[in-house]
Amino acid sequence: MSQKRRLAGTQSSQSRVFMPNEVVMEEDEDVSFTQPSSSQLQRGLDRLTPAQVDRKVAEVVQFILIKDQKKVPIKRADIVKNVIKEYKNIYPEIIKRANMKFEKVFGFQLVEVDPKNHAYILVNKLEQNPRQPAVMSPGHPKTGLLFVILSVIFMKGGVVKEPVVWNTLKKLRVDQGEKHEEFGDVKKLVTEEFVRQRYLEYTRIPHTEPLEHEFRWGVRAEKEVDKMKMLEFVSQVHDQEPQTWTKQYKEAMAAKGGSSRS
Amino acid sequence: MAVTLFDSHRRFLQTIMCNGIMEGSKAKAVHRHCCEVYHTPYTDDSLDEFIDLINSYLQPLFMQIRKGMSEDDGLQYYTLVNMAETDITRMSSDYADNELELFRKTMDLIVDSENGTASSTDVLNCADSLQTKKMKKKETEQVLSRLVQDKWLNEKHGEYTLSTRCIMEMEQYIRNIYQDLVKSCAICHNIAFQSQMCCNPSCGIKIHIPCAARYYKGRVDPRCPACSKFWPHEIPAIRTSSQVSTLSPPVASAISTSQSRRMR
Repeated sequence: MSQKRRLAGTQSSQSRVFMPNEVVMEEDEDVSFTQPSSSQLQRGLDRLTPAQVDRKVAEVVQFILIKDQKKVPIKRADIVKNVIKEYKNIYPEIIKRANMKFEKVFGFQLVEVDPKNHAYILVNKLEQNPRQPAVMSPGHPKTGLLFVILSVIFMKGGVVKEPVVWNTLKKLRVDQGEKHEEFGDVKKLVTEEFVRQRYLEYTRIPHTEPLEHEFRWGVRAEKEVDKMKMLEFVSQVHDQEPQTWTKQYKEAMAAKGGSSRS
Repeated sequence: MAVTLFDSHRRFLQTIMCNGIMEGSKAKAVHRHCCEVYHTPYTDDSLDEFIDLINSYLQPLFMQIRKGMSEDDGLQYYTLVNMAETDITRMSSDYADNELELFRKTMDLIVDSENGTASSTDVLNCADSLQTKKMKKKETEQVLSRLVQDKWLNEKHGEYTLSTRCIMEMEQYIRNIYQDLVKSCAICHNIAFQSQMCCNPSCGIKIHIPCAARYYKGRVDPRCPACSKFWPHEIPAIRTSSQVSTLSPPVASAISTSQSRRMR
């Protein structure tokens, strides 16, 4: 109780920059961060001016934006070591506010992809439109290649064996064995870069001799790619109605319901 | 911050971030495209207003979309700059210490030169005297080409110049480090590297080449705007944006055809 009163006191006395919604946010406990305890966090916040906290949030936002350019998950330990430093005790609050900035200003969302090692990726919350001219869309020609692979996986029920992907790409004159003008080493791009970026999952099928692998959608794809848009795109190519693919249509509808909630 | 951002603003910001730097006419096209996609009201001349609103949200994060002129073609460009940390540490996550030192040395050469360039030979020679860790010629060339690829440097016929993006992002840093060694353009007052310089030793002002083109256009007797001495340099021709954008119509038509093909 005394904690709360003290917090209220500090707000009124020294908070010219304090935004009203921050008060609300403190009440809503985020379960994904268990440490430090909420009372520790409160005490930590009490010791800092709102301007100090804002500054830290801005630094974290910048750090994550720079790191995200490589599209590799960003470890919590790295954020703490390089930016948060002595503000460690209010880490959850800082991350929460950074995430609000990402959503409000950039249309991104900070997602924890690896709860064990605490790593984050930034996913794009803006609708991805496959028909959007490539020049306008933020992204690379690689996105087109990725889109093809994701749609193959999706249309084949969520998982495909490795040769399926290579054969599809071959039809588009992209050969995994050759160096491609635009994509370079295609095999490396698909099985390493896209995997590292969490667009694809590439796993060994157990008990196979010789070794076989299969592809699934990665976490980033699940968060960023609109399945309904993808299905609509595929059905246009085939000149069919999206409903023709009952299973995919159901899944896309379910995903749509899920994303509109969040 | 009375008005909130819409997805059209966010998409525009993302596109700028992805491109690193965007030429004015492209920025306009992207602005229009973003507004169409997200059904946001759009007028032809509202780009700066649109950007101002985004900037009001970026400011608390110490970032800004800034407009600046390219020293090469004189066109306006937009880029997202980081205002908290204007020095090279911004690049530190991508470059090793000796690579950053090479970049600083290249910058030294450019600042010291009269015309804002550093020859590749001079840069390669620097690589031997790096204090952090020496670099082989081959390595140096790779680092340089990476710096060009990442849009920190430009390269033309073996001469390196600072890219527009680099100047826009590091202007404050450059001014702090080099102080009196760098000069501002007498016409646009931005920092000037690739430029013409007044030959009067007691004057010595600099004018960007595209600024000189505009300033001296049609003047028979070009004189220095500061000391009124004769301006002995060749008056460059104005490069209009239409000249540059001759490249874009085929691209634009490619977009529209691919789009209409897919629409069917």
